Amino acid sequence: MGPTRVRAGGPVNRPVDGGTAPVGLEVQGLSVAFDGVPVLAGVDLTVAPGELVVLLGPSGCGKSTLLRTVAGLEQPVAGGVWWGGVDLARVPTHERGFGLVFQDHALFGHRDVAGNVDFGLRVVGMSPDQRAHRVARALALVGLDGFEGRRVDTLSGGEAQRVALARSLAAAPRLLMLDEPLGSLDRSLRERLTAELGALLRRLGLAALHVTHDHDEAFALADRIAVMGGGRIDRIGTPDEVWADPGTVHAARCLGHENLVVLDADGECALGRLGSGSGTVLVRADGLSVGPVGGGLDAIVASVARRAGRLVVTVVVGDLSVRVPLVDGHDAGVGSTLRPGNRVGLVVAAGAAVRLVD
Amino acid sequence: MTRVGRQLTAASCVAIPAAFLAVFFLYPVGSILARGLGADGLSRLVDLPGRASFRSVAWFTMWQAVASTVLTVAVALPGAHLLARRRFRGRSLLRAAATVPFVLPTVVVGGAFLALFERLGLADGPLRLTRTAGAILAAHVFFNVAVVLRTVGTFWEGLDPRATEAARVLGASPVQAFRWVTWPRLWPAVAAASSIVFLFCFTSFGVVLVLGGPTRATLETEVWRHAVFRGDLASATALAIVQMAAVVAMVVVTNRLQRRRAVGQRVVRRAVVPRASGGLLAGNLALLAVVLGLPIAVLVERSLTRGRAGGWWGGLTLDHYAALADRVTLLPVSALEALGNSLVFAVVAAGLAVLVGGLASVVVVHGRSAVSRAFDLGMMLPLGASAVTVGFGMLIALDEPPLDLRSSRWLVPVAHALVGVPFVMRIVVPTLRGIDVRLREAAAVLGAAPARVRREIDLPIAARALAVGAGFSFAVSLGEFGATSFLPRHPDRLTAPLALFRLLSQPGDALRGQAMALAVLLMVATALSVLVIEGWGRRGSVRGDL
Repeated sequence: MGPTRVRAGGPVNRPVDGGTAPVGLEVQGLSVAFDGVPVLAGVDLTVAPGELVVLLGPSGCGKSTLLRTVAGLEQPVAGGVWWGGVDLARVPTHERGFGLVFQDHALFGHRDVAGNVDFGLRVVGMSPDQRAHRVARALALVGLDGFEGRRVDTLSGGEAQRVALARSLAAAPRLLMLDEPLGSLDRSLRERLTAELGALLRRLGLAALHVTHDHDEAFALADRIAVMGGGRIDRIGTPDEVWADPGTVHAARCLGHENLVVLDADGECALGRLGSGSGTVLVRADGLSVGPVGGGLDAIVASVARRAGRLVVTVVVGDLSVRVPLVDGHDAGVGSTLRPGNRVGLVVAAGAAVRLVD
Repeated sequence: MTRVGRQLTAASCVAIPAAFLAVFFLYPVGSILARGLGADGLSRLVDLPGRASFRSVAWFTMWQAVASTVLTVAVALPGAHLLARRRFRGRSLLRAAATVPFVLPTVVVGGAFLALFERLGLADGPLRLTRTAGAILAAHVFFNVAVVLRTVGTFWEGLDPRATEAARVLGASPVQAFRWVTWPRLWPAVAAASSIVFLFCFTSFGVVLVLGGPTRATLETEVWRHAVFRGDLASATALAIVQMAAVVAMVVVTNRLQRRRAVGQRVVRRAVVPRASGGLLAGNLALLAVVLGLPIAVLVERSLTRGRAGGWWGGLTLDHYAALADRVTLLPVSALEALGNSLVFAVVAAGLAVLVGGLASVVVVHGRSAVSRAFDLGMMLPLGASAVTVGFGMLIALDEPPLDLRSSRWLVPVAHALVGVPFVMRIVVPTLRGIDVRLREAAAVLGAAPARVRREIDLPIAARALAVGAGFSFAVSLGEFGATSFLPRHPDRLTAPLALFRLLSQPGDALRGQAMALAVLLMVATALSVLVIEGWGRRGSVRGDL
């Protein structure tokens, strides 16, 4: 047998201090620097067993580095990583029992699909029979039954992605990390695989840490979303929580909010008084609606466009331009008659404005 | 592995290649320098330019290299265009076939051209080509077309064709578009290829010796004539130093040109490659067939026929091949035994080259940067230095204590391995460098300890490259003539190229036929080992190119 590491078939629930709360991954005060340039600056994060946390942020914000440091591929300059209350500082990568699905797969070109998927099983000395069984099961999980003998350079992008996922799953990791695994795929395939991935991870009940820069993907998958920017976590919470109150301007932008408004010293803007004192507020799209002239603020339609199937009207009020999604059924009739240049009434619901920190 | 074990392994990675290079290359070359730049040697060196014989040799060496280079580029450029910009059936076959001459032993090529001239009635009479500069130039073109075809062709393929297309849309004729848009971007590659061809022609040895005769001597053949024929080591040393200085200067210039070339390179994958027109294709193929195919065809024909009396393909016979097993007075052993020696030496040389080159590659890729650079440069030196430098250095350095190795027959494969090591490294180093770091990381994340990662990831990927390198070293050793011709002659170490050279140097139909048969066998063995190994390596992830 290989190392003394024990790999459970599923999530590891380990009571701490005699309590009942399961402790999975804990990251505390984690800082990483490359050649003295800070990449992560004091990141705190937990992932409970069975929980799927999505790290959302633009490229270069440090989210991949966070995964690599958790995997032990980068060394922190401060802070640390714990699993089940055990400090992993001195545990090398290959003994951590975490899975990492790389952005462009990193499949072993000199091995076939089975040779890739069973790699993690061979290094712990599993017998060939057991390995073949586990490989078949892992490939079935990702919908690639019978792909064992295929050469990896004959796989399509989506297939290579599934093999990479199967390779990580077959090793039964206690934490699965996915580094923009769908980033290199085209949009429609990405959306289909996102749905499949979400269903699979939930079925397996694995602790998972998923990295993406696509807010739609984040909302589709996450139990909790952590928005990263500049080497820190700006905001973390359930999708509903972070959507309703992103906390920072950066987080609001990452999450796909568009109506960010700068207030003057009196808390005023073209939409009226939305706060006290200067600063930036988010005007949540669900607090906006358009109707006939006379209801609410006078506004002029700048454009009407369909996005992801829903009509979105861009209206101009004074020096501001805001986007208002139309609710299906109720507004659809109105929306289809709107033309650029039409005058409409814009209603801003009470409590639609959420204050943001710069 | 324990810490001490790891350090021991690292130390032997550095020590084995370093010792090999030091003993068999640096020490011999150092001996040439010490001898030639000492008090006696220096006066001889200063004396050289005053001698008319030296001036004529130096002049001939220079101009034949320039003329060979210009001719080679002229013959190869249309073919490079064809390979880079047109698609046609048999494209990859042409590419591979054009490469074959480059790996053929020099003496075999010399023999092929002798046979060609005799067949065409150009061996004597008013149109005599044998023992002329023309013969040498023709053989050099034959050898080096592949260099231009491959380096320029590959670069040309990578040039973005849209710039030329834009010029054509703006009204430039094909010729104008080539002159104003394609050529300015292409010429650095042509210059780089030319400088390599020039270096090969400048240091050409076997071809000049076989085709040039005593009146057409270059610096290389003069070193050999003085050292081996006349036993005049002092003159040979002075000539060798001039030769080394010239080669070093050229390598510096070549590196400059190549660095410039690397800056401009941007690889673009073409979506649509136009089909070659019939005329262009036929013209090119005919040219390449005459230049490359005819000498080989005549060589094969001559080995299978009775000679002049029989006419073309008259009197087909396998007698010449059968005669290879017979002793002739000219040779201490039969030609077949010489071929056997060559095969044994080639296996040993390939093994040595893989061991030394493999370890050196690991140092270059994973070593500390200063050590890595030193190895990268140092192990390439034997390739840059000419074969004559290697052989002559061994001749004068390794014949006395503390290193009296000349009595050992294994000095022959050692000399061959010295030339093979750079080939191994040029294939293994880029392959090791090309291994995606994330493959190692992925293996580690999946639970593989560092030693396991090396065994499971690095070794299988490098193994194919090592095998390809071994194949090239094997082929190089089979055909090596320059260095071997300096080593002492003993029946048990006569190689096939040496035997072939001696057979070719004598007139007579019977010997000539036997020589051609031996040349064909050598050619087939070399070409096969390269083609098989290369075809196999290309299917894997082997990256380097020679």
